[in-house]
Amino acid sequence: MAQPARPAAAYRSQNGAGQQPYSNGPVQNQLMHPSDGQGYSPSVPGAYSHQMPAKVPPHQSSGQYNYSGSQIASQLNNYQGPGQILNRPPVAPLSGSPVQQTGSVPQVLPPALQNSAAVSSAGGFPPGASPPVLSNWQYSQTPVSHPAGSQTSHLAHVAGTASAQPPPSSLSGNTNPPGSYQYAASPGGPPLQNSYMKPGSAPPPVTQPLPPLHPPSRPPLGPPPVGGPPLIRPSALTAAPPSNSASQSLLNSSANRDGDATSTASDGSVVQNSYDAIEGGGLMATTHPSPAPPNLKMGRSVGYSYPNLPPGYQNTSPPGAPGMQTPALQYPDGSKPFHQPPLGPNHLTASMGGLSLQQEGLRPVNLLQERNILPTTLLQAPVPNLHEDIQKLNCNPELFRCTLTNIPQTQALLNKAKLPLGLLLHPFKDLSQLPVVTSSTIVRCRSCRTYINPFVSFLDQRRWKCNLCYRVNDVPEEFMYNPVTRAYGEPHKRPEVQNATIEFMAPSEYMLRPPQPPVYLFVFDVSHNAIETGYLNTVCKTLLDNLDLLPGNTRTKIGFITFDSTIHFYSLQEGLSQPQMLIVSDIEDVFIPMPENLLVNLNENRELIQDLLKTLPQMFTKSLETQSALGPALQAAFKLMSPTGGRISVFQTQLPSVGMGALKSREEPNQRATAKDIHLTPSTDFYKKLALDCSGQQVAVDLFLLSGQYSDLASLGCISRYSAGSVYYYQSYHHKHNPVQVEKLQKELKRYLTRKIGFEAVMRIRCTKGLSIHTFHGNFFVRSTDLLSLPNVNPDAGYAVQMSVEESLTDMQVVSFQSALLYTSSKGERRIRVHTMCLPVVTTLSDVYLGADVQAITGLLANMAVDRSVSASLSDARDALVNAVIDSLSAYRSSVLSIQQPGLMAPHSLRLFPLYVLALLKQKAFQTGTNARLDERIFTMCQVKNQPLVYLMLMTHPNLYRVDNLTDEGALNINDRTIPQPPILQLSVEKLSRDGAYLMDAGSVMFLWIGKNCGQNFISQVLGVPNYGSVPQNMTHLPELETAESIRTIAFISWLREQRPFFPILYIIKDDSPLKSSFLQNMIEDRTESALSYYEFLLHIQQQVNK
Amino acid sequence: MKSGEPTSSCLLALNEIIAFDELKTDYKNPIDQCNTLNPLVLPEYLIHAFFCVMFLCAAEWLTLGLNMPLLAYHIWRYMSRPVMSGPGLYDPTTIMNADILAYCQKEGWCKLAFYLLSFFYYLYGMIYVLVSS
Repeated sequence: MAQPARPAAAYRSQNGAGQQPYSNGPVQNQLMHPSDGQGYSPSVPGAYSHQMPAKVPPHQSSGQYNYSGSQIASQLNNYQGPGQILNRPPVAPLSGSPVQQTGSVPQVLPPALQNSAAVSSAGGFPPGASPPVLSNWQYSQTPVSHPAGSQTSHLAHVAGTASAQPPPSSLSGNTNPPGSYQYAASPGGPPLQNSYMKPGSAPPPVTQPLPPLHPPSRPPLGPPPVGGPPLIRPSALTAAPPSNSASQSLLNSSANRDGDATSTASDGSVVQNSYDAIEGGGLMATTHPSPAPPNLKMGRSVGYSYPNLPPGYQNTSPPGAPGMQTPALQYPDGSKPFHQPPLGPNHLTASMGGLSLQQEGLRPVNLLQERNILPTTLLQAPVPNLHEDIQKLNCNPELFRCTLTNIPQTQALLNKAKLPLGLLLHPFKDLSQLPVVTSSTIVRCRSCRTYINPFVSFLDQRRWKCNLCYRVNDVPEEFMYNPVTRAYGEPHKRPEVQNATIEFMAPSEYMLRPPQPPVYLFVFDVSHNAIETGYLNTVCKTLLDNLDLLPGNTRTKIGFITFDSTIHFYSLQEGLSQPQMLIVSDIEDVFIPMPENLLVNLNENRELIQDLLKTLPQMFTKSLETQSALGPALQAAFKLMSPTGGRISVFQTQLPSVGMGALKSREEPNQRATAKDIHLTPSTDFYKKLALDCSGQQVAVDLFLLSGQYSDLASLGCISRYSAGSVYYYQSYHHKHNPVQVEKLQKELKRYLTRKIGFEAVMRIRCTKGLSIHTFHGNFFVRSTDLLSLPNVNPDAGYAVQMSVEESLTDMQVVSFQSALLYTSSKGERRIRVHTMCLPVVTTLSDVYLGADVQAITGLLANMAVDRSVSASLSDARDALVNAVIDSLSAYRSSVLSIQQPGLMAPHSLRLFPLYVLALLKQKAFQTGTNARLDERIFTMCQVKNQPLVYLMLMTHPNLYRVDNLTDEGALNINDRTIPQPPILQLSVEKLSRDGAYLMDAGSVMFLWIGKNCGQNFISQVLGVPNYGSVPQNMTHLPELETAESIRTIAFISWLREQRPFFPILYIIKDDSPLKSSFLQNMIEDRTESALSYYEFLLHIQQQVNK
Repeated sequence: MKSGEPTSSCLLALNEIIAFDELKTDYKNPIDQCNTLNPLVLPEYLIHAFFCVMFLCAAEWLTLGLNMPLLAYHIWRYMSRPVMSGPGLYDPTTIMNADILAYCQKEGWCKLAFYLLSFFYYLYGMIYVLVSS
């Protein structure tokens, strides 16, 4: 106790620095928040129940606006089309130098702006003396590990405060550590950068072939990631800080110039009225409430205020497209194009050079003849057939993906296509670039509460039409100012309208109670069995190492409970010399032994917590207690957490045997083979009910199951499933016998502890009128038809949604989907992350097939199959999967193909469908046969439900590479590392050669198979052993050798690993390894004892299709 | 006296319909809704079963025949309910599934119609007996 101060200080400082790589989210850094505490504004008092963003009454009254006295009207003629560089919100200002402060307008804007400004016709700005720009605006596009509000402060637009600006901006610049781009190389990074920056027209400076670079579902937009940042940064540097004295004055002067055109009103509402008075009549006449208003008219009447043709459009669209229409009729503003009848998606296809795509897509593939259909590079998500300008703004398919990128117009058409319609979401993915907006009013549709997004249409400057319910809304005064260009009167260029993924700082209307502190409770099984496995050592050590990296702030609380047949609490009261253990043996009626000091502040009690973590593994070594009272322990944990909410991490090693929630073993090893009577349903609803209680109190339970024997995961898993937790399963964990699992636990626990976390979250998914949500898949509790309650949300969770077409979407060119995730960050800020996706509507079956996204379909089908196996039976689910293929292919054959050809014809988009479904059938979750243990099977089902699509696809259909002959040809260059890109091989033993070495990447595991006659070179240069015989049996690491081969192989493997948040273990296997069967099991295309080979499967399908 | 059962059953079925509609239109939390609905399920089934027994005792074979399918349905429905510790049918975690919600609503309407019709049939039967005796 003599030295508490020093370590604490040390930790704190570590906290700041060390946290960065993980605190992904502009959110996280306290340092960067000059005005921190905005999140803490006390809110509605009273009982905290559920937060429903949509129900919060809008506060859009103009009274909230914070007008400054000066008038600013932007008379800059720099209107550009959407999606141009200059519209891009500034990227985080990387340089701390206040260079920008002295720039004049032209300097502040990126060069491209000047160009296009010159090109653009000098459209007069609608008269309207404009009031002022709100002072509390924040906009920043920051790399994720950067704090948000930093780039621009709340002071930003207060007149005359320009000189006050440098500190914040330089602060943000300085605190960007190079390491903070950790995720830039991850799958999320590059695509996002692209989609945000979209200097789509700019040629990528790197001329390497793109495809191998892209992770499976990356959107083919934009330049390669390597090209992205350098291209953008410079312009961002100059354009970033919106507070610029020079531009400010220029803006002012332009306002003054403009002033004489209209009445110089200094009151916003007056201006708005006068504006309405001026514009209203004419507009009303041309406004059509119908979904597809003739915007051509609109363009004429309103268009005078905008340049007719955004130069960006001219610049970026390929030749041919503009020629189709007269320029004057095009795109009066950024979001209109898709409302113009002549620009319907079908027309676009013809005009947009999508021609070849369509032909390619429509070309039927005879699956029986074309054996090599698997692309050698990672499969990309199909690009929706939208106009390029809209597509550029569309949501990244890694975050938001639809099974059919061409939405069928009616349910009848959907039924005819026999394909599932649904969305796959990864809403809280770690992003390297995320625009964050702080503003006192969040602009939302008044009737359906949709957040304003890139796909709304602006009828004129003051009104926008919701793209989900088609209601016409007013543009609030604040929204008229664009902080990016510092121009007034360009609501369509605001970041909200330029980014399909955006995060809002939520004001206090979005809170039902003050944001909760991060609270972490760890519940450890310390029965004899648990101590035997030795997991406590690993967990406590990992926890000790990562204590400083736990996402949180000064309010972070932590607590511990251990249990065997009794429950042990640990008092960590300040002033105690060591933690005090309190034992509650009454497990029938659990109570909390003391009201305080069981959950304590992490920073204030760090020594005691560290003490406890160090002694905990030794405390129970003599324990002979074999019973496990998990149920009562969970009840106790729930009671402890319910006042605050937070996260409970439960470590369990056996079947709970006493107290509430005790379970009996249901697995009968002999019956594993029969797919009929396996217990996939929970045997008790105790865990489900407890999870629902937890969910109501904003508590999530994450389950770590480390068990050798059957532990009834079907029942236990409910605790996580309905409280939005996650399940981790380490089969036969043992600290000595199973070192591989130990490493896996260490790595995954580290990720688990340090990853971003959102508390008391809800997610709402909205979609265009006519579509409705049918079923949700994932870990959560469905609170209403479109609202999910997520006590915790983590960046590794994916969700799936089945949709149906309720009313036919006649007259609609496009539909939109929007997911809004409202959460409390670990820094105590309330935030809303909004993703919006826009897709075209089609009327013909062939178009539906054309836009099918086979990976998304497979993912959704897998989710549906899990539900089916639980509600009906496994064999039902398997049949349903096979039928999905048969039905869709026979529908295609009978309705689309005009000429009946022999063979098994599939649309090009679905050519991999049978393969993926076969892979699903052979996956642990759905396979028949004796080798899947029940818990393992159920765990895989949990994964299917909870994994984002990218990882699910890898798990289902692994990638196989030959790695003994890696070359630098076509390699990627990332941060001076050369990463070879070998082609992906088909999963068939015939592709394996005894002379080679092959890497199979199955998501959570990797296998490196060494052929018997593998080149001596590879064995000695990469494996570091003299010959094949001396490759050790349980090798899981490649030695880092100085040879070129070793460097290449290791670079490739670590590049694969970096792309995912969990740690795939690499098993090096030889012909005689016990793991060889797992490796061969993943050879999807081959025949196994109980499953068909790919070719047999195709024949089976053909037989059914041709019936 | 015969009309007692249909009246109470009618009310219960109506309550169910309203409840599911509330769920659909997002007015109520499914947990609360299930908590209010579940205790009413068994009483409804028991009242119906009780009246079936009464019809059996009174040797009202036709009426009993009309009610048998519903009785059988009730038994099947309760046998195949989700795993629950308390009485009731509705599980808050699955009730928001569009299929299940639609099914429950349809079930509610059908039962309401059946109870209403049987109410008038019983009323007619009662008056007929009163008048003829």
